[in-house]
Amino acid sequence: MTLQDRYPVALRLYPYRRSGDQDAATPVRHPVVIAGGGPTGLAAALDLGRKGHRVVVLDDHEGVGLGSRAICFSKRTLEIAHRLGPGPGMLERGVIWQKGRVFRERDEIYSFDLLPEEGHRYPAFINLSQVQFEKFLFEAIEHARGEGAEIEIRGGNRVDAIEARLDDIGIEVMTPEGAYNLEADWLIACDGARSPVRNMLGLGFKGRVFEDNFLIADVRMTADFPTERWFWFEPWFRSGDSALLHKQPDDIWRIDFQIGWDIDREKELKEENILARVDAMLGEGVEYELVWSSIYTFQCRRMERFRHGRVLFAGDSAHQVSPYGARGANSGVQDAENLAWKLDLVLRGLAPETLLDSYDAERVQAADENILNSTRSTDFLTPKSEISRAFRDAVLTLAARHSFARPLVNSGRLSVPCTYGGLPGFGPDRLGQPARSRPGAPAPDAPVNDGYLLDLLGGEFTLLGLCLDVPEASQVDGISVAGLALDDASVGDTLRERYLGEAPSAAYLVRPDQHVLARWPELDPDGVRTAIRNAVGKGGE
Amino acid sequence: MTLNLEPNMSDPDGFYEALLKAHEGLSDRESVELNARLVLVLANQIGDPDTLADAIEAAK
Repeated sequence: MTLQDRYPVALRLYPYRRSGDQDAATPVRHPVVIAGGGPTGLAAALDLGRKGHRVVVLDDHEGVGLGSRAICFSKRTLEIAHRLGPGPGMLERGVIWQKGRVFRERDEIYSFDLLPEEGHRYPAFINLSQVQFEKFLFEAIEHARGEGAEIEIRGGNRVDAIEARLDDIGIEVMTPEGAYNLEADWLIACDGARSPVRNMLGLGFKGRVFEDNFLIADVRMTADFPTERWFWFEPWFRSGDSALLHKQPDDIWRIDFQIGWDIDREKELKEENILARVDAMLGEGVEYELVWSSIYTFQCRRMERFRHGRVLFAGDSAHQVSPYGARGANSGVQDAENLAWKLDLVLRGLAPETLLDSYDAERVQAADENILNSTRSTDFLTPKSEISRAFRDAVLTLAARHSFARPLVNSGRLSVPCTYGGLPGFGPDRLGQPARSRPGAPAPDAPVNDGYLLDLLGGEFTLLGLCLDVPEASQVDGISVAGLALDDASVGDTLRERYLGEAPSAAYLVRPDQHVLARWPELDPDGVRTAIRNAVGKGGE
Repeated sequence: MTLNLEPNMSDPDGFYEALLKAHEGLSDRESVELNARLVLVLANQIGDPDTLADAIEAAK
């Protein structure tokens, strides 16, 4: 079948170009092939490419799809992007926000501040269109290529068939000039919620569909609403059962209307009907322009396992959640980061392939956390029965009167990174406190000298000495461990509170993905060796 | 905190009367709404998740 665009392309970043592989007599073998050039695929390609691996990204389109789709990028995503390069540019381009207000009819019943504490390089969230986010990743890939990274994005290359074998994967690719074949040691499927790779392997994707439709409209207008997330239950302007207003860069505003289950989709998507809803919300005389619109339904589901031999699923192909909570693209980027360092060690022969099973275990746990939160939000937004509506309304009524009910109001619990708990490969925790920096947790940021702690961590294992000395660099079974010693003068109050608590000193071992692996009150070289062996799947050897 | 399923009200008849009075003149729908609010107020007073889970079980 010939190649056809499934959606309009906003930026033609990687037009089709004939590859030498198409003229090879026998299929060319690549260590890593990534199916899909969305946020997850590009982040994985960039991370692996920077670590020195040859990566081919196959995308059936020639660039970034139109429409803003994902708009809220979380602190953790920005921290990952910082390590990969484009974080500061994203921060500068994006709209920073951390406050949200919740209304019922006209009355504000609740407000929240997502990051009321200081001492982080990145804010809780920025709003940026997915188009821009992908463009930043693409530019970072171009930059990395300039420095020698072997990352190749092949636009107009559609994966049409897959043969998963014991030692490699055969991939049939369709292009505007016909089909060709590739071989890959590893295939990362970042090909979205409808994942063709998943379907080709006949793998399931089970979960819940929520019986409601949501109309998204992105409008361009000059308005002086504050940069906050505004959410209405039963809005006074009656454009939906709920509504959301959120600012993006370039005077674009995201509006979401909950419009019910039994709708005439075509009718609702007519521009005049969308405009009528927006007019009612914004009031008379507000000038705006409709930029993009779409109707979607919620699904919360995941694959049973994210690793199938040499095929690894990441992002929406592996799990899908409702958009309230900003848990889609953000969790995809976190999947990519979790996978990249593990695949790096496996490709370099420093860790057994079973290390990739920990990718599955950890990111399944993260997906379940996201699905749980997303399902709870959706159950609040879309009551399924008379009694669930009665309780929802009771919460809203009481929240306006008494503070106790405000934490029960659920208009979306916004994405925070998963703390991996109860899984093998972490520990020991000989320090015992503070809780927020325990093994499994993402290392909290904190100011250090003129910069931030997370600038100094990540990419490889790091042994962090707080008020104690650690070796500058060491190796465990060929795996590099960077050393970072911060003396009394460098350990400020914030760092002390987040990492030392009551203790006078501590040694932290941090994974390449900036999750805490283990911690001790004193330096324990044998403990460090054992912890790293456990972390890379060589425990018990 | 463990769920107390022994008598604990100093004035059971008084409470029962107040409960019925609160519902007087309400439609079924309004009564459902009042009960829902009351459950939430009482649940917050208990607070502890294990006790609340036990209470839900005891009420089934």
